[in-house]
Amino acid sequence: MTRRVLILGGGTGGTLVANRLRRMFTPEQLDVVVVDLDDRHIYQPGLLFVPFGRARPSDLVRSRTRQLRPGVDFRRAEIDQVDLEGDLVALRDGSTLGYDALVVATGASLMPEETEGLTGPGWGAKAHTFYSLEGAASLGVALSRFERGRLVVNVVDMPIKCPVAPLEFAFLADWFLTRKGIRHLVDITFVTSLDGAFTKEVCNRELSSLLEAKRIEVVTEFNTGQVDSAGGRLVSYDGREVGFDLAVVVPLHGGASYVNRSPGLGDDLGFVPTDESTLQSKASPNIFVVGDATDLMASKAGSVAHFEGEILVHNLARFLDGQPPDASFDGHTNCFIESGFGKALLIDFNYQVDPVTGRFPAQWGLPLLKESRLNHLGKLAFESIYWNLLLPGRDIPTVPTAMPLTGKHLVAVTG
Amino acid sequence: MSDATYAGRTVAVDPEGFFVDPEQWTDEMAPEIAAEVGIGELTDRHWQVIKFMRHEYEQRGAGPTVRVLGRTSGVSIKELYELFPKGPAKLAARIAGIPKPRGCI
Repeated sequence: MTRRVLILGGGTGGTLVANRLRRMFTPEQLDVVVVDLDDRHIYQPGLLFVPFGRARPSDLVRSRTRQLRPGVDFRRAEIDQVDLEGDLVALRDGSTLGYDALVVATGASLMPEETEGLTGPGWGAKAHTFYSLEGAASLGVALSRFERGRLVVNVVDMPIKCPVAPLEFAFLADWFLTRKGIRHLVDITFVTSLDGAFTKEVCNRELSSLLEAKRIEVVTEFNTGQVDSAGGRLVSYDGREVGFDLAVVVPLHGGASYVNRSPGLGDDLGFVPTDESTLQSKASPNIFVVGDATDLMASKAGSVAHFEGEILVHNLARFLDGQPPDASFDGHTNCFIESGFGKALLIDFNYQVDPVTGRFPAQWGLPLLKESRLNHLGKLAFESIYWNLLLPGRDIPTVPTAMPLTGKHLVAVTG
Repeated sequence: MSDATYAGRTVAVDPEGFFVDPEQWTDEMAPEIAAEVGIGELTDRHWQVIKFMRHEYEQRGAGPTVRVLGRTSGVSIKELYELFPKGPAKLAARIAGIPKPRGCI
């Protein structure tokens, strides 16, 4: 009998899992169904470049269905809720879809409504975000008109997608304003809820000295309670204020809304409690979770979804075969950090090993945690890798799923 | 790793003063830890948060963030900052004898 894997979400994780499954099983063996609200797949790493005129919004969007292999069934619908007991997903159009195994791949959503001043009238006067296509485009307009004063980059609270992106924005703003010849008229301030520019120790040290060299001020442990866009100030819950002439705010994130409508599936923020090793939902062995939708202590980043894909599909196939999962995700994350002036850093880490210096994936490779032209070219090349290898669910040559230790200068191995 | 003494008992703490082993914590230790971080008297509202931190840690193996505390502890984020100035999640975790909440990455 043909069984069915139902994949909720046709973004990075859902697409690559669907394509891997479609290659592994014949249509007679397995139905692979992907559900998503629309047919617009956005290349999210490109959003960072839009405000600086280095990417056009329309170039970042492609059809979701075109990224899926023939034989993957795409259903355009809004998800109402998952019935864990009945192995059923109810859609808003009133229909239901049953499954033998479910893959939650609905990512993280922006929740600006949770912070006073990030929605409604006045928002957008002096405060913007680049975490959406529309936001990145309107920020681009504001930035091109910006001539002097204080530019603030604010992360309201973790977790967020691509945790290094706000830092990259600050670095690129420094480069952009320098090139325009007005850097000396602008103060750049990075305001974060964390107690450092980045949570990981060695990485924090390197990035802090980079911020200092670029004269970017850092305000830490600032928990934004209100963004007063018209008045030009951020106000923290403990009453501190940071004034701005232009603010770039990364709103709070949560899981997709149907997660909280599905009893037993999600946590308080709508993310899905997930076994960090097998990638099964803690609620049920026939539910798997990939990418930003998990509650894992791994970055919400495309590279993570890619590395998880191979593990998840292996364990899912074992589950369909009645076998216990035997592949284990190590938390592998790999991120380029654009630092302006045609350079970038690279970090590579997992649950146990923090980002360190050295080279990736081995001695001959790209320099880790160090600015270089080569890393910048790597970041640019990633767009093509994303559409042509990552989404089709292919392995990326020389980039292993398990984090490589060779080439790394290990200083902090814990756990 | 170092030692600290609360309520007459020696316990292991990390360099920032967070308990290494939450099992070593007792209610009597809380006022002394609070005094160390500049919180005078622990009111019922403080205790509501401290108990919630312990409960969450036992359930999930990690202390909640301020945002989750504001949603689920019955105490608003604004009041959390009044009770535990500067960093409610960190201060309440320290007083509750659980490890420092890990920042998400």
